[in-house]
Amino acid sequence: MKRRDTGGSALNRARKLGFSFDGRALTGIEGDTLASSLLANGARLVGRSFKYHRPRGVMTAGSEEPNAMVEVLRDGSFHPNIRATMQELHQGLEARAQNCWPSVRRDVMAVNDLLSPFLGAGFYYKTFMWPRTFWEGLYEPLIRRAAGLGRLPQSHQDAPHEKAFAFCDLLVIGSGPAGLMAALAAARAGADVILAEEDRQMGGRLLCDAGQIDGMPGGTWAAGVLAELTDLPNVRLMPRTSVFGAYDGGVYGVMERVGLHMAAPGRTPRECYWRITAKRAILATGALERPIAHPDNDRPGVMMLGAVASYWHRFAVDPGRVVVFGNNDHALATAKALAADGMDIRAYIDPREIAADAPFKTYQGEVIGTRGRHGLHSVTLRHQGRETRLEADTLALSGGWNPSLHLACHMNGRPVWDAGIAAFVPRPDMVPGMAVVGAAAGQFSTHAALMTGAQAARAALADLGRSAPDTPLPQVEDAPYALTPLWQVQAKGRAWLDFANDVTTKDVAQAAREGFASVEHMKRYTTQGMAPDQGKSSNMGALAVLADATGGTIAGTGTTTFRPPFVPVSIAALGAGGYGASFAPQRFTTSHAQTRRMGAPMIEAGLWYRPSYFPQATDRDWRCACNRETLYVRHAVGVCDVSTLGKIDVQGPDAARFLDFVYTNTMSSLKPGRVRYGLMLREDGHVMDDGTCARLADQHFLITTTTAAAGEVMRHLDFVQQAYCADWAFRLISVTEAWAQFAIAGPLADALLGHLLGDVPDLPFLGCTPVTLGGVEGRLFRISFSGERGYELAVPARYGADLFRQLVALAEGLGGGAYGMEALNVLRIEKGFVTHAEIDGRVTAFDLGLQGMVSAKKDCIGKAASQRPGLTGAARLQLVGLRPVDRQSEITAGAHLYPCDKPAKATYGQGHVTSVSYSPTLQSWLGLALVENGRARHGETLRLDDGLRGLRTDVEICNPVFLDPDGGRMRD
Amino acid sequence: MRFNALSVLRQGLAGNTGWRPHWRKPDPKPEYEMLIIGGGGHGLATAYYLAKNHGLTNIAVLEKGYLGGGSIGRNTTIVRANYFLPGNSEFYSHSLKLWEGLEADLNYNVMHSQRGLINIFHSDGQRDAAARRGNAMLAQGDDAILLGREEVREILPYLDYDQARFPIYGGLYHKRGGTARHDAVAWGYARGADQRGVDLIENCEVTGISVDAGRVTGVTTTRGQIKARKVGIVTAGRTSQVAAMAGLRLPIESHILQAFVTEGLKPCLDHVVTFGMGHFYISQSDKGGLVFGGDLDFYASYAARGNLPGVEQVMEAGMTLMPMIGRAKMLRSWGGIMDMTPDGSPIIDRTPIDGLYLDAGWCYGGFKAVPASGWCMAHLMATDQPHPVARRFRLDRFATGDLLDEEGTGSQHNLH
Amino acid sequence: MRLPCPCCGWRDLREFTYKGAADMLHRPALDDASGWDDHLHNRTNPAGETRDLWYHDPCGTWVCVTRDTVSHAVISGATLGEAR
Repeated sequence: MKRRDTGGSALNRARKLGFSFDGRALTGIEGDTLASSLLANGARLVGRSFKYHRPRGVMTAGSEEPNAMVEVLRDGSFHPNIRATMQELHQGLEARAQNCWPSVRRDVMAVNDLLSPFLGAGFYYKTFMWPRTFWEGLYEPLIRRAAGLGRLPQSHQDAPHEKAFAFCDLLVIGSGPAGLMAALAAARAGADVILAEEDRQMGGRLLCDAGQIDGMPGGTWAAGVLAELTDLPNVRLMPRTSVFGAYDGGVYGVMERVGLHMAAPGRTPRECYWRITAKRAILATGALERPIAHPDNDRPGVMMLGAVASYWHRFAVDPGRVVVFGNNDHALATAKALAADGMDIRAYIDPREIAADAPFKTYQGEVIGTRGRHGLHSVTLRHQGRETRLEADTLALSGGWNPSLHLACHMNGRPVWDAGIAAFVPRPDMVPGMAVVGAAAGQFSTHAALMTGAQAARAALADLGRSAPDTPLPQVEDAPYALTPLWQVQAKGRAWLDFANDVTTKDVAQAAREGFASVEHMKRYTTQGMAPDQGKSSNMGALAVLADATGGTIAGTGTTTFRPPFVPVSIAALGAGGYGASFAPQRFTTSHAQTRRMGAPMIEAGLWYRPSYFPQATDRDWRCACNRETLYVRHAVGVCDVSTLGKIDVQGPDAARFLDFVYTNTMSSLKPGRVRYGLMLREDGHVMDDGTCARLADQHFLITTTTAAAGEVMRHLDFVQQAYCADWAFRLISVTEAWAQFAIAGPLADALLGHLLGDVPDLPFLGCTPVTLGGVEGRLFRISFSGERGYELAVPARYGADLFRQLVALAEGLGGGAYGMEALNVLRIEKGFVTHAEIDGRVTAFDLGLQGMVSAKKDCIGKAASQRPGLTGAARLQLVGLRPVDRQSEITAGAHLYPCDKPAKATYGQGHVTSVSYSPTLQSWLGLALVENGRARHGETLRLDDGLRGLRTDVEICNPVFLDPDGGRMRD
Repeated sequence: MRFNALSVLRQGLAGNTGWRPHWRKPDPKPEYEMLIIGGGGHGLATAYYLAKNHGLTNIAVLEKGYLGGGSIGRNTTIVRANYFLPGNSEFYSHSLKLWEGLEADLNYNVMHSQRGLINIFHSDGQRDAAARRGNAMLAQGDDAILLGREEVREILPYLDYDQARFPIYGGLYHKRGGTARHDAVAWGYARGADQRGVDLIENCEVTGISVDAGRVTGVTTTRGQIKARKVGIVTAGRTSQVAAMAGLRLPIESHILQAFVTEGLKPCLDHVVTFGMGHFYISQSDKGGLVFGGDLDFYASYAARGNLPGVEQVMEAGMTLMPMIGRAKMLRSWGGIMDMTPDGSPIIDRTPIDGLYLDAGWCYGGFKAVPASGWCMAHLMATDQPHPVARRFRLDRFATGDLLDEEGTGSQHNLH
Repeated sequence: MRLPCPCCGWRDLREFTYKGAADMLHRPALDDASGWDDHLHNRTNPAGETRDLWYHDPCGTWVCVTRDTVSHAVISGATLGEAR
């Protein structure tokens, strides 16, 4: 193989590009793919096969390539499994062969090929079973090392990728004659058209076909159409773009290669993942040529005839001495055209009878073998009962064409068998809104492609209510396509079907013998079609061989399922925009900046960030800070941003009635200016969330939710309103982000408020009132999550940052300060207040000892289901407090509890610890736990066992309210 | 024919022409003692254990397509025993023990690989939940190790430890967790059941269940009437339709779960790893593909295919946990039909119709359950008593409130 | 997949949160234990046309969608008021 001196429509011969393959410095030309430049450099051997490590070379010129998979250096590391046929050459490109050691020429694992009699289909299901322990230790590591293809670097992928959305009237997939004609007709009618083409250049087969359109070369006609489309504002041309999946509602998954062909893409995204929503789509993806299974058909130098033509026309690759093995008129015509163009075609072999008017020797016969260790040297054919050997550099195969109908089948549609072309073709409407045209629909002539493209465009325009100007069809050949199917050559030796996965005709026959005769069983047993090319070139042949082995027909044997993606797509691109820091939205409170300035480590709370604690220089560790902050609240005053709690504003004449319905307890009896703790159940009777409900005015309530459940509660309330209370007069809206809210807690809370407000309103416990701070309207609630006298002060969010600074300064002036989540947790555990550590979705009001909050007088969401027998009673795990018998003995959340005289076995389990903290106030470890029949067992001692952390200690069950059980400190 | 290295050698030398079908292709008889509707993993395992444990061989498995074509043939192959609720814990523990002897039992290499499973957690609260789970596993006699961040880093150096959104706090390591070759499990059970005399009947769709005076008498199929005294419904995602033939309305909603595989890669991921902040789990198959998945698509469906939002969420989660996979390419995606229950746990129970049994509701955790599910369903059908490790998988537990809600998400089918 | 929001028109699936079958729109009487069991747990689970409930998160509208669980065809969307 070498480069021709002239030609090569894809090439810009003025620019040479240096690149390397396996460390060998080579030169290519701008416009080359890696595959074309390797071929032009005579590098036929580019890889090794999956199982037998047979030498492999380039077979195709497109994304269907089964063999030429290499590793390419990008962004500092080698990326595995890059199709050399799809990688455009750029200056400095470094590529290397994969799945071989020490080199692609001398690959140690090639020994597998000698063992192939024992490595047939499914051999591994029958052995490697003894001794049992050898599987993970020996057999599996060996198999894993031998298997696989390229190497995935373990460093982070951090090159930029993009995600984008587009909408159009018509998405045309493929830019061959059918696609171009469809796009042109629709574009001229003014429709919004997107034309997507996998290749760098648009034009499809017109780029390498010798035929004429309207008296000019096909490429020239295509260029004219493209020039017109480029100028139209309603058309978006997307080269280097693979439509990889058809999804519901006219949504298509699309991958655009943006920077992969650049030597130094910098911040240019490597790929852009598009979601395109199209009212109509036209599939014009052409057809894929299929090989013929003859012995040793897998050597480097054996290529598809269409690929040989493509490399010749577009990349000026001279394939040397060529033997063509075909079974169809198109193959013969192509061979003649190539010969006329100067290709050295030595012979054309066809099992059919062929007219001897060719400029090369023709044989009615079959190829029965090839030779050449690392690349083809000769071809052996059987002709009139004799064997003949022909020297050749390239064997070009053409077993006919398979319509590239994958996308049309992505919605479970099954194609139908067309005996005329011996291929499956799509049925109408397999994907709603999609028409299939041209070769993808089994219409192989250029005339048929143009005609079906134009027709489909007209139909789509009619569907969209647009009139279509008459776009005349160009004059073009309408050559018939006749073939006689030839799936396998009956001869001695192994004939490959799936080149990438090393599946031969013998494997398929063996699978059938072993009972794996359904196509899905055969596929799974032999791995046929499961390689990176997903059987694009081989499934059809395998199906035919299977039908032959089982005595069935191809149509009756059926196909395997076509599933997305059409071509493999990079995970980085599919995840673009939504990983790392962008994986979930980040929500920040108004005090965030100040909190960070104060050095607080932030932790996630739902989507929010909250301070863990506020360190001081004197703190030995976080626990010191936590103890200090806890004691601020117990002895002076602490300040904490509680804005992350969900806040929902409920207003209207029926607001109270609604709240009675969604809370277990009664809110309609709440007086304006008062607050009540409330419990919400899911409709299945379990606790959904808890919070406070403030009646700001007669018809105006403000309820709070926990931070984590805010979204769920809002969705739930919207549902209850819209499903069950649609005619009640009230409205609700989330105001979480409208208000900044701060807890001010501790015996000096009033003193702090006095400094801030001048005059502290005389609020009873669970009272609320509007307040004015420096002209800003705020709200003051006397509520407490710490058990101390305390308030929550809310101001419009834009004043939050200022207020937080003032509050912290005032608290510090009173011997207190800000406190974080750690202290907040200690404070609430000391008081036995629950969070979602306890409300874990499995607990009921009964379990929490809050059954009294479920009003007997009214219905509410969840009430009916909460009365199921399994949701109450002694067998339930109930909320209790725990103290270690040795007060200084640490206890852990997640530990389980057992009777002291029993082992830590599941059958003896009594419950588990949900939350723990060290209480600086009570100088003891404290825990909350869910214990079987726990409320009746206060005073009992259990064994706490945390086998994971090697902790075992005795604990006493007690009232979960450790501090101030009668609540005097917060109430009085 | 027994499978072993010698038989592979012998057959290899003889051109692999002497292998016989792994199971027969019998025509259905007019009557059997018992019928299993559904030739997936659970149905085949049920038939196998009915024959092996209970000596019952006058049994047929009726499969509408090809054996092993449902969820057993399209899952992410994870095998684990890391449940924490009594009722689930002992069941999956039993299942894992059966897995550990499965190859020897079936004489079929299902490639059960105990490569270890690590659940990553990302907060103190998640650590507590992991500890609760791990301690429950230990109490059940299974294995669990709580790893700190640095210990996770030693084992899984490729995770993103600098990821700012949900930092890695540690992991729960279940060393006996791992994977298996899913198809082989179906084929192994099929071959084992067939060898013991069970008829496996493919391309035989059940179109009706005959009930007389509250008692099942047989089924109507596309291959004729078949009588039987006992019938087991083991039809996963299609359970609602099959049960409806007997007039039953079940606590099941069918959902799509998508899964994904990359092109083959040399060994780069030696464990099963899951992400705690987004539903994502991944392992590498012996062939080299990364096999991974995430949450349901979240809407009821029988289409066995999903949509792009589900795809994106999985890719985003995967990239967040282990950005190295960005260089790999998704080769194939598929969707399965999941029989979701309102508490996320399965049902192995009698039904209100005498002689009609139900093994269903595996949500998307059915693969690892296959051995124990078959074991317990066989026990139930043979003895009419629930097996002790499956006694809480009752059909009436939703009515009574004796729920098994590992996720704590309540009676919404798609949230488990 | 795209779904029709009565407020916003056809929107992408990713904007919606699914709840379950539209049977849930009718709450049984408080003391109807078997009615509640059926309401909360049992589903017709049809393979074909179904009505189910979706929340359009951006606008807060619950939508009762009529669609096909086999073909994924989406037929129509209605507010819960209309659906009841």
